[in-house]
Amino acid sequence: MAPRFVAVAEVADGALTRLSTEVATLARTLAEASGGTAVGLVVDADPAPAAAELAGFMAQVIAVSAPATANEAWAPHAAAEVGRLIDDGATHVLAGASTDGRDLAGMVVGRWTWGLLANATAVTWGGDGLVAEATVLGGKAITRSAFTGAAGVVTVRPNATTAEPAAAAGSVEPRAAAAGAGASSVAVLDRVAEAGAEASLEEARIVVVGGRGVGSPEGFAVVTELASLLGGVVGATRASVDAGWIPYARQIGQTGKVVKPSLYLGLGVSGAMQHRVGMQSAEAIVIVNRDPDAPIAEIADLFVVGDLFEVGPALVAELRSRRGS
Amino acid sequence: MQILVLTKPVPDPAAGAERLSGPDFRLDRSASPTVVNGNDEYALEAALQLVEAHGGEVAILVMAPANATETMRKALAMGAQRGVLVTDPALAGADLPATVRVLAAAAAAETFDLLLTGLDTSDGTGGAVAAGIAARLGLPLLSAAAHIEPDPAAGRVRVKRLSAKGYDLIEAPMPAVISCTQALGAPRYPSLKGIMAARQREIAVRSLADLGNPDDGPLLPDGGWATRVVAADPPPARDTGRVVKAPAADAAREIADFLADRRLI
Ligand SMILES: Cc1cc2nc3c(=O)[nH]c(=O)nc-3n(C[C@H](O)[C@H](O)[C@H](O)COP(=O)(O)OP(=O)(O)OC[C@H]3O[C@@H](n4cnc5c(N)ncnc54)[C@H](O)[C@@H]3O)c2cc1C
Ligand SMILES: Nc1ncnc2c1ncn2[C@@H]1O[C@H](COP(=O)(O)O)[C@@H](O)[C@H]1O
Repeated sequence: MAPRFVAVAEVADGALTRLSTEVATLARTLAEASGGTAVGLVVDADPAPAAAELAGFMAQVIAVSAPATANEAWAPHAAAEVGRLIDDGATHVLAGASTDGRDLAGMVVGRWTWGLLANATAVTWGGDGLVAEATVLGGKAITRSAFTGAAGVVTVRPNATTAEPAAAAGSVEPRAAAAGAGASSVAVLDRVAEAGAEASLEEARIVVVGGRGVGSPEGFAVVTELASLLGGVVGATRASVDAGWIPYARQIGQTGKVVKPSLYLGLGVSGAMQHRVGMQSAEAIVIVNRDPDAPIAEIADLFVVGDLFEVGPALVAELRSRRGS
Repeated sequence: MQILVLTKPVPDPAAGAERLSGPDFRLDRSASPTVVNGNDEYALEAALQLVEAHGGEVAILVMAPANATETMRKALAMGAQRGVLVTDPALAGADLPATVRVLAAAAAAETFDLLLTGLDTSDGTGGAVAAGIAARLGLPLLSAAAHIEPDPAAGRVRVKRLSAKGYDLIEAPMPAVISCTQALGAPRYPSLKGIMAARQREIAVRSLADLGNPDDGPLLPDGGWATRVVAADPPPARDTGRVVKAPAADAAREIADFLADRRLI
């Protein structure tokens, strides 16, 4: 039986998330490599705009209109729709390794007893089956794993692939939500936006991180300024989160976000193992720290020994003068 | 309130001694000291505070090798009243669907208003266990909790769920499954009194046979685990970096050159 891949998309503010375009690209590539087929799934109160976007990446898209998701948790509804596709012969379910994506993946595993390959940093079709790469044990090993049977669920990390539109746009099939789907629903009473939590850390190409060395909420100003000059996103260590200088949503590491940016610029960060777990696969790592023996020196491509309150502003000035403003 | 907390023993990430070994690249659990998974400590702390406020009992549930009782004592020393350890040689190397089925069956044998888990594990399957258990038991899932507020009289629970932009305020009837984050607050250290008390507390040890067979088939698959590791390699070595020690303006120029070389500015 030829494999059939489902790319489960997520919608934020009416649009497809960037991670979803990457998941869709992977599903399409896997279908091509395996001689199988791929279908995109959007489950939302107003799925049409995101579904149209998704059709730029996949030949077939199913847009499920699920009004209940406006004020109920999304994952049970999405899992019910994935279930319909499984009944129709889907063999592999790909979702983003986001909070919603993980909830959905867990529900599919719980209901259908499928295996899960979690937090994939690359997904390929290797001869007779899907192979997912993941960084495990705090970055000590990179594993390649497979399903032993013909079906399974994969959660995909941001930047596992580069999103690429398909040669031709696909078709969108509108559907009504399955009756009684998501029965044990959780009510969403309110969605609250918090300052400093907007930009997606995991999807960012450039991340500028302030550690304990920034010393105060005001100390973060230079971090924030560098992030905005570089078109990057601000991140933090647990030390600066615990100090209350910045929201937990910004934390990188074992109990925070895992990032894989093109550039990690860290100011006043020591590089504890629990932090490194979340950032060591950055393509380039630049550090400003006054302690030349800080453990992060082991993985830095460029390590500037110096005071962040001197080097930081100097870098702001240098970047400004290079762009001529 | 009865609260059941899932506290997985994991190799201590701080010891940095974890390794994968053998032909099937299993985690060698003897290679490093074992601690309670970091996120599970936040779950346990939240549970202890909830029973302090509302009354009731906290129990912990673990699926692990038989020697896990040692790590479980630490959770009991923090204040959990009793523990349940599901251990069976057949569970060595268990995959996610099996873990979910076993933990769900063990949880179903307990009475609880809330089942708390960590958001994910440092050695684990990527934060899917809570959702898997919720789906199997037909319970509501409230994930990524930053704050938990039960209303025992109304039989409902409210959770602040971390979102990409801030948080969602969500609510569901109890019993419910909640996965917990660091945003709930730092775990307490066990007191000396707690450590002494923990020695007397009961840890019920269950085998697979004790859990029985659910209606929809055996707990473990008959054809082996659903996933397997086919290769494990150390991460590619990074080139040794350059160290710059120079006046701030020169250092800034070096950084800008570095960024320009890589087309990052
Ligand atoms: C279970 C568990 C989970 C954890 N999870 C995480 C996690 O997810 N993420 C995380 O980050 N941490 C985590 N930690 C904490 C981690 O162990 C470290 O404590 C933390 O990462 C340290 O943060 P830091 O580098 O900002 O602070 P520090 O280690 O205090 O380092 C500050 C650095 O700043 C430098 N500095 C100070 N002033 C200046 C200045 N003016 N100019 C230049 N440099 C300066 C110092 O030389 C020092 O190297 C966890 C810990 C545990 C136990
Ligand atoms: N073997 C286990 N025993 C007890 N709890 C577990 C076990 N595996 C996972 N959990 C719980 O499920 C959460 C998520 O785990 P995971 O999906 O493996 O990342 C953990 O934080 C624990 O609370």
